[in-house]
Amino acid sequence: MKMKKVIAALLALTMVALCFAACGSNSDTTGSTNGEVTLKIGGSGPLTGDYAQYGNGVKNGAQLAVDEINAAGGVNGIKLEFDLQDDEGTQEKAVNAYNALKDWGMKLSIGTVTSDACIAFQGEAARDNMFLLTPSATAVEAINGDNAFRVCFSDPNQGVASADYIADNNVAKKVAIIYDSSNSYSSGIYEKFVSEAKVKGIEVVTAQSFTADSNKDFTAQLQAVKSSGAELLFLPIYYSEASLILNQAKMAALEIKYFGCDGLDGLLTMANFDKSLAEGVMLLTPFAANATDEYTVNFVKKYTEKYGADTMNQFAADAYDAIYIIKAAMEKAGITADMSSSDICDAMKTAMTQITVDGVTGTGIHWSADGEPSKAPKAVVIKDGAYQAL
Amino acid sequence: MAEKTKKLKLSTKSNLLTYAMLLVFFVVMQSLIATDSISNKLNGLLVPICIYSILAVSLNLVVGILGDLSLGHAGFMCVGAYASAFFSVSSADIIPQDWLRFLIALILGGVVAAFFGLLIGIPVLRLKGDYLAIVTLAFGEIIKNIVNLLYVGIDSKGLHISMESSQALGLEADGRMLIKGALGITGTPKDSTFLISFILLLITVVVALNLINSRTGRAVMAIRDNRIAAESIGINVTKYKLVVFMISAFFAGIAGVLYSHNLSSLTATSKNFGYNMSITILVFVVLGGIGSTRGSIIAAAVLTALPEYLRSLNDYRMLIYSIVLILLMLANNNERLNVFKEKISITNFLRNRKKGNTLDKEAKS
Amino acid sequence: MDFLSYLVSGISLGSIYALIALGYTMVYGIAKMLNFAHGDIIMVGGYVIFTLCTTMGMPTPVGIIGSVLVCTILGVVIERVAYKPLRKATSLAVLITAIGVSYFLQNAALLIFGSGTKSFTSVVSIPALHLFDGALVISGETIVTIIVSVIIMVVLSLFINKTKPGRAMLAVSEDRGAAQLMGVNVNGTITLTFAIGSALAAIAGALLCSAYPALSPTTGAMPGIKAFTAAVFGGIGSIPGAMIGGILLGVIENLSKGYISTQLSDTIVFCVLIIVLLVKPTGLFGKKIDEKV
Repeated sequence: MKMKKVIAALLALTMVALCFAACGSNSDTTGSTNGEVTLKIGGSGPLTGDYAQYGNGVKNGAQLAVDEINAAGGVNGIKLEFDLQDDEGTQEKAVNAYNALKDWGMKLSIGTVTSDACIAFQGEAARDNMFLLTPSATAVEAINGDNAFRVCFSDPNQGVASADYIADNNVAKKVAIIYDSSNSYSSGIYEKFVSEAKVKGIEVVTAQSFTADSNKDFTAQLQAVKSSGAELLFLPIYYSEASLILNQAKMAALEIKYFGCDGLDGLLTMANFDKSLAEGVMLLTPFAANATDEYTVNFVKKYTEKYGADTMNQFAADAYDAIYIIKAAMEKAGITADMSSSDICDAMKTAMTQITVDGVTGTGIHWSADGEPSKAPKAVVIKDGAYQAL
Repeated sequence: MAEKTKKLKLSTKSNLLTYAMLLVFFVVMQSLIATDSISNKLNGLLVPICIYSILAVSLNLVVGILGDLSLGHAGFMCVGAYASAFFSVSSADIIPQDWLRFLIALILGGVVAAFFGLLIGIPVLRLKGDYLAIVTLAFGEIIKNIVNLLYVGIDSKGLHISMESSQALGLEADGRMLIKGALGITGTPKDSTFLISFILLLITVVVALNLINSRTGRAVMAIRDNRIAAESIGINVTKYKLVVFMISAFFAGIAGVLYSHNLSSLTATSKNFGYNMSITILVFVVLGGIGSTRGSIIAAAVLTALPEYLRSLNDYRMLIYSIVLILLMLANNNERLNVFKEKISITNFLRNRKKGNTLDKEAKS
Repeated sequence: MDFLSYLVSGISLGSIYALIALGYTMVYGIAKMLNFAHGDIIMVGGYVIFTLCTTMGMPTPVGIIGSVLVCTILGVVIERVAYKPLRKATSLAVLITAIGVSYFLQNAALLIFGSGTKSFTSVVSIPALHLFDGALVISGETIVTIIVSVIIMVVLSLFINKTKPGRAMLAVSEDRGAAQLMGVNVNGTITLTFAIGSALAAIAGALLCSAYPALSPTTGAMPGIKAFTAAVFGGIGSIPGAMIGGILLGVIENLSKGYISTQLSDTIVFCVLIIVLLVKPTGLFGKKIDEKV
């Protein structure tokens, strides 16, 4: 029973800090700094840990859009302020981030980057009636509340779209799958893909999985794929693991077609990646960095100038669009800075179903009241180290 | 009355200090909430602080009192969280009263975790030291992995369970998924409030302190200090070890229930139920001073709040957190600082005063 | 043929675990601490080679030597700054400090090298071995990893048993106090242990990243835990134990992936570990310690 005085002192200090934090918190919510009228948009995402590249992509992409909008005079004369807090990809920290953002004076949110965290974040936001437009949380439950919308495709949507594409274009009849069973994104797509494949008459000859704890060696899974006689390997996973699979498949002399979802995007911008490995890989992605439409060209140029290519992936593109979608909805709804976050949410909810937006990740995107976007999935194939529309 | 307090044992005084500390914390926080001057951030942290304190106090029973290193504490938390969240989600229509459902969920989560504690404790407690540590770590990881593969659905025919996928359940069209593999359980009611969490923390502390100062507690500490000597005087080592292990698992389960009913989405990842979390809880215990219940609570509270209050450091947040952690460990074990701490320690102050009193008495007589 | 293929890839994965476990077990045997930061030193080693070879375009040997140097210095610095002041503290205190160091290295790498996954160029240029008309492929990385692990194991055993500093290590691991009385420089010996352990981590990093070329700040964490498991499996503190434990772990992992379930492979590995420890409570090659009354 030794007293740990150092800790006690630290606690006392923290308590004092907490009290100050408590006092200071409620003062700055009207949102006028430097005499300008501002509106604060918040969000959370993994800035540290395993999925940090996605959180940082969203942070940079959204910030880029905010800077552009502010430089052009803001929305309805309101300047935007943006902050993305670290949630390490966990539910618990996402809720903490949400509370911190509320103290900061957040009036609108872009939710979180990853699905599991977004479900928890969304639960809090729905209770407060806080508007939420997530750029990249794909789980169905991530936008359960009527306050929530998303920019990307949902997991079921991607699973169905992939199976449809493979069946309709006669890409393959026998399909093998490798997915991450410990990841909700990956297993979500996998499930819908399998049920849609059954409908479309595609035979799933083998479904192999791995977990986040053993995501280095895929030789056993690839061996099973090889023995199954599949023509196509479906990879509803993230690109870091896909790069290992492609590498090991080459080593095992596996001759097969590859098909993936938006998680594979980032493969080509991965530092020092041997692009010849990805030759012929097909994927459904809303964003192709080498597309020639003006939105993409502008986005890619500005992003790489400011943040480099390290995190320029579809997450960044989704976040960039999310801010512009919020802008469009704000203009439609006639949002003013003195409205409460709940009033803003009510106005935005209606406005979201009325707008149609063109952006980096699609043209003519519009939303239904359940929050799902309606846009055409883009299928691309990697040729000579670059995306090519299919 | 004054005579009475003087006669109190040192351990009782120390315990009273712990209760007083908890009470002050509760009163300050409640008055902040009542006057609406609490920040959202702190308000949101109150339940997690209680959860981690419960975890730290319960792990301290194993690490500090029993003297065995366990790296699988988060596994029990996981069991409690899943069992209770499953119960709450599936019985949402059957039991309309929130308080009753939550009460049952709490008991269920604790009991299931204690059962797992028994199940794991029987083989594991034969091992010692780092080998025990790695086996508890292994058990924690196994629990996490299996929970990640669980698919459970319900329809008119009853429960369906699968370890493969949701299709394998063969649910009817009106069926409802309750546990969705890696996606876990969603839509758990938010029943954990600061009041309930605090009461549970208080119960945990009462049980822990009473256990430590009871006959059982002394037997357990005798085992910790010298197993062979303890055995030779007829202490049933296995029994006592199991009792402590189960009590510890029970409260970890309770913490898991609070955890799952504080968030609307529950998944088992290495961050929340894997070895990372077990280690985090161990950090609280070691930093708080192994064996010290009060220290465990303080360390858990400070280290839970610290990363949140470092948010203004942005990218450097976790880096600074790790440096603070290392520095605290170094400071905690620095001889000169320890001598200084002894001088200003409250416990020692109490002890010295007592000594002073006896000396006075001796002088008088 | 499937079986051979699973076996070979299991040995390949296992030999990397073995290489990491050698560092773990050595530090444990001599300093009596679980160095949880070992996995992260591997990650640092990977980044050093990536920076030297890919970013700055230097030849591979320079990269490897640079990595070994940086990791050795890093290991010694960590030991001096974070572990040495805790020599007299409980082993738990040192364990927690090691975890702090591990967090520190991961987050420092995140800030310095960025969050994006980097593709690592293999340091091995030996072509793959194609057997049975290409039905069985053994990659160059596998061959090199196995050879390097065996060489390191032999050299390490010789060093510890035959040289003076090695014997000093043995003495320190047996009884620190007695070793000091016999004139062994205990602090110097422990520092040397960390230097060797970290140099091994650098080599393990080069081979880990060559075999599985995706490099991120958390690359070392999971292999570190697996290697720790392997070290305990073989009997922590025992050098041949680490080697055999690592390879067994890799083989069990891959065979269970191939024949039982890819999702349950870790569960099976941990179950085997538990069973082994229940039968042999100090691992396969661990010394049985009699309790003194």
